[in-house]
Amino acid sequence: MKIAIASGKGGTGKTTVSTNLAFFLCEVNDNVVYLDCDVEEPNGHLFLNPVLSEKIVSSIPVPVVDESKCDICGECVRFCEYKALVRLGKTVMVFPELCHGCGGCTLVCPQHAIQEQPREIGFVESGNSGKIGFVHGRLNIGEAMSPPLIRGVLRQIHSDGVNIIDAPPGTSCPVIASIRDVDFVVLVTEPTPFGLNDLGLALDMVRELGVPHGVVVNRAEEDNRDAENFCEKKQVEILTKIPDDRRIAECYSKGGMILKDVPDVRKNFEELWNAIRKRVKE
Amino acid sequence: MKEIVIISGKGGTGKTSIAASFASLAAEKAVFADCDVDAADLHLILKPTIRQRTEFRSGHRALIKSNLCTGCGRCIELCRFEAIAKRKSDDKIPEIDPVACEGCGVCVRFCPSQAIDFNEEVCGEWFISDTRFGPMVHAKLGVASENSGRLVTLVRNEAKRVAKDKGAAYVLIDGSPGIGCPVIASLTATSLALIVTEPTVSGNHDFRRIAGLTRRLGVPAMVCVNKWDINPEKTEEIKAYALQEGLTFAGMVQYGKTATIAQRAEKCIVEFPDSKMAADIKNIWVKVNEWLKKQ
Ligand code: SF4
Ligand code: SF4
Repeated sequence: MKIAIASGKGGTGKTTVSTNLAFFLCEVNDNVVYLDCDVEEPNGHLFLNPVLSEKIVSSIPVPVVDESKCDICGECVRFCEYKALVRLGKTVMVFPELCHGCGGCTLVCPQHAIQEQPREIGFVESGNSGKIGFVHGRLNIGEAMSPPLIRGVLRQIHSDGVNIIDAPPGTSCPVIASIRDVDFVVLVTEPTPFGLNDLGLALDMVRELGVPHGVVVNRAEEDNRDAENFCEKKQVEILTKIPDDRRIAECYSKGGMILKDVPDVRKNFEELWNAIRKRVKE
Repeated sequence: MKEIVIISGKGGTGKTSIAASFASLAAEKAVFADCDVDAADLHLILKPTIRQRTEFRSGHRALIKSNLCTGCGRCIELCRFEAIAKRKSDDKIPEIDPVACEGCGVCVRFCPSQAIDFNEEVCGEWFISDTRFGPMVHAKLGVASENSGRLVTLVRNEAKRVAKDKGAAYVLIDGSPGIGCPVIASLTATSLALIVTEPTVSGNHDFRRIAGLTRRLGVPAMVCVNKWDINPEKTEEIKAYALQEGLTFAGMVQYGKTATIAQRAEKCIVEFPDSKMAADIKNIWVKVNEWLKKQ
């Protein structure tokens, strides 16, 4: 089973929900894996403190032009959709940061002057946090393209386990790369205008992808029903509501696990897991 | 004209609330650009009236024409983005997953039957608007669309153009979370980045990464800590790191309900002038201006 935890807006509690859900599940299931796909700002390790045992460098193949063979015909420059190749005087220059590694220029070059060389964009590390399998990706600073690294993280999914995927915030390519093949998406929101606006965008995205989904309302306030009204209007199920509690905020700020420090939230994770199980079985 | 970008690394640290307050403080002297194009929120506070609306076209997407496809499978072999597959093993014709397709055009070029179309994509829309504080340029990325970096660059360039026409002193940019493509596009070659972080282990971790990115791009950076009193020790740690790395410390904003109250009232925090948060944000704005003057 693959469950992604996502949110349009950042900072709504995605990592709190995913790390604690993994922690909750590992008590009853021996094959729980937490995969942090927020490779630009991976945070899961700060809470799960994993012992990392393996590191795989992630790279994309970028072209290198052999000047002795290149007759500057410009085929590759014309082909590249990302303007990663530019003709400058008597040479073709490569801008590796713009290259998506599609391999097209190598194939179109009539002189066979282009070869590919791996360029590191980040790395995938894996290990364990107690009984939880742990995987995360870390994008190198200055790199723009995270989807290839995210695909590297997802290659470590345990097909027979419960995989909890911590997706990046937003609604563009990195999120889509993280959630396109999952069984269920949990969208974490907070009941503020920003939170709900971004939840709306995230709902449009998961609906476009056709993935089953539900909402966790985090920092829910007793006297505010904005999130409930919003979800009712959008016809999306609220899986659980985690209360706004200063103890949770403090525990989080120190890098603690709320299931350990604030025992009342156990019932939220029970509720969440039951709701997910029911929906995934359907 | 100075371009000031407000970024955060980690999401949800209060970047947009501070950007909106700056918009009020810089009123009439600034143009605003919302470069958080895939989760834009600034409009909820600035309430823009749209003056001009333009389609954003960028990149292409491949589509197999089933009447011409012979099912040879060459495209499946060539696509590096795992975007092409036969849905079921006995399907004759493969399908391209529009969401996974990065629009590189390899399949289009090398399909032996020329069976693949390559149409330009509408990836969203962008707007020039008026707000109670001045002009604003913003955008909406299409659902599940690519090219957020290019849209950010477009929004920034338009905001600069409007600012030049108007003789504005500042362009204020609300950036996006993370350190990837849209963030790089909003940061590159700006006059100053204000990093908004929070005193949590993750805020601190992400702050270091975004600070690293500003250094790498050669953009001078200031830092402020939002909700500083949630964890004063972490705040000190962030401050110490900032100074050690040669960043300027711009100040702190205390935790308060005004942030949510203001959001619900569709106002900026500084439009609640008696709140402590408003005073804190004003101090940061003063610091930012002192810094800009020294340059
Ligand atoms: S591999 Fe593709 S993206 Fe990279 S330079 Fe060549 S054509 Fe452009
Ligand atoms: S255009 Fe490129 S990414 Fe899209 S399906 Fe064709 S080969 Fe794959």
